[in-house]
Amino acid sequence: MSITATLATAARVLGQLRRDPRTLAMVFLVAPALLTLFKYIFNNQPHTFDRIGAPMIGLFPLIMMFLITSIAMLRERTTGTLERLMSLPLAKLDLLVGYALAFALLAALQGGITGAVGFGLLNVQARGPSWAVVLLAIMNALLGMTLGLFLSAFARTEFQAVQFLPAVLFPQVLLGGLLVPRAHMPHALEIVSDALPVTYAYDALAKVTADNTGIWLWLDIVIVAGTITLALLLGATTLRRRTA
Amino acid sequence: MVTSSADELSREGGGAAIEIDDLHVRRGGKLILPGISLRVPPGRVTGLLGPSGSGKTTLMRAIVGVQIVQSGRVTVLGQPAGTPALRRRVAYVTQAPSVYADLTVEENLRYFARILGAPRQRIEEVIRLVGLTGQTKQVTRTLSGGEFSRASLAVALLGKPELLVLDEPTVDVDPILRRELWQTFYELAEDGASLLVSSHVMDEAGRCHELVLMRSGRIIATGSPKELLERTHTDELEDAFVALAEAS
Repeated sequence: MSITATLATAARVLGQLRRDPRTLAMVFLVAPALLTLFKYIFNNQPHTFDRIGAPMIGLFPLIMMFLITSIAMLRERTTGTLERLMSLPLAKLDLLVGYALAFALLAALQGGITGAVGFGLLNVQARGPSWAVVLLAIMNALLGMTLGLFLSAFARTEFQAVQFLPAVLFPQVLLGGLLVPRAHMPHALEIVSDALPVTYAYDALAKVTADNTGIWLWLDIVIVAGTITLALLLGATTLRRRTA
Repeated sequence: MVTSSADELSREGGGAAIEIDDLHVRRGGKLILPGISLRVPPGRVTGLLGPSGSGKTTLMRAIVGVQIVQSGRVTVLGQPAGTPALRRRVAYVTQAPSVYADLTVEENLRYFARILGAPRQRIEEVIRLVGLTGQTKQVTRTLSGGEFSRASLAVALLGKPELLVLDEPTVDVDPILRRELWQTFYELAEDGASLLVSSHVMDEAGRCHELVLMRSGRIIATGSPKELLERTHTDELEDAFVALAEAS
């Protein structure tokens, strides 16, 4: 690996985003807007919003980075730039870590803005520290990124890549405890949710929201970090130097 | 000179820029290259000519080492094709330009230069070489077709490669610029680089030092333009190609 090539890749990805101000505006505005919408939908159930408000701040980057990474990698594959990079003295991890750095920065900004709006204006409750919610948001962004990276290898077109969001991510969010606490779900679904990484991403956020910051929070973080590493390595194997 | 028969291969031995021995490549269930052998000399501009679908791109991909091959040996600059050490010594320009469409010419070059460890002044040099001096700050998506492919060519020149593999580099390029690009190719060859340039139009053939004529995945002839004209008793390379294709 080379630090120069990694940083050059991160700078290149950020440069591409800078040329797409409409996407940037949506990244920074849609999450606070949706959070505001939830606040007023649950106007008569303030307890529900108290439970899910903070976790939502930490889950938006997961969904956004999943989508952006899927499309970005698919573009690299279809425009031939990936093939060019693979024929250059660039390690696969230089490319992937470069992407991760750029998207982590984007996630930090998105989490910071959504957090400021949520905690500052919408009275979102978190008994634990609000900065921990933003840190978990960055971690979740990396989870979304690495899952999107790996799955993008199975999409031939952008239409297919977009479908992975409802196919792969939505069920995980539904089963993870955001809508209905997992203990209230049928036992079979609870067992299924035990095997899904977003469950632990949500659980960590729920624990910080409840200021339940013991060993079990760290277990959640270790599981998510492990999934990120695994998905990154699996993603790296989908970048081929030789193709048919 | 370019040779393709087995005994010539063993006789001339090392020193070739590219040596291919009995290469078989299958793509999408179809045998594209049914066992070809070829030797490309160093320091020359070698043209790979043939109609589209004749296997030129597949052959180039095998030389660059991005193509999965079924069998056969491809040696590039003395090493097996696709060896990590060759990634600095060989540059490949695909037919479809592969630069980031949402970055400027300069931003693209700066990125690839940092990967290759090329010095900053090399960026200006390659911009001049491909004639994009007036378009450096332009987002490549807004370039014309010919300018876009020259931006892609500029990236390939950044690392001063010893072997340049160029797939149809002069498509959509106006005649004046085409002449300038060929001048650049000759200069690179004079500096010791080897070039393999593909084209499906025969009017480019006369500009090459050496020719490799391909048809249906097979090499039908190799030699300098003059040799091929003499061998076929023709005055035009197009007629020579037809005569050689009919004889093969």
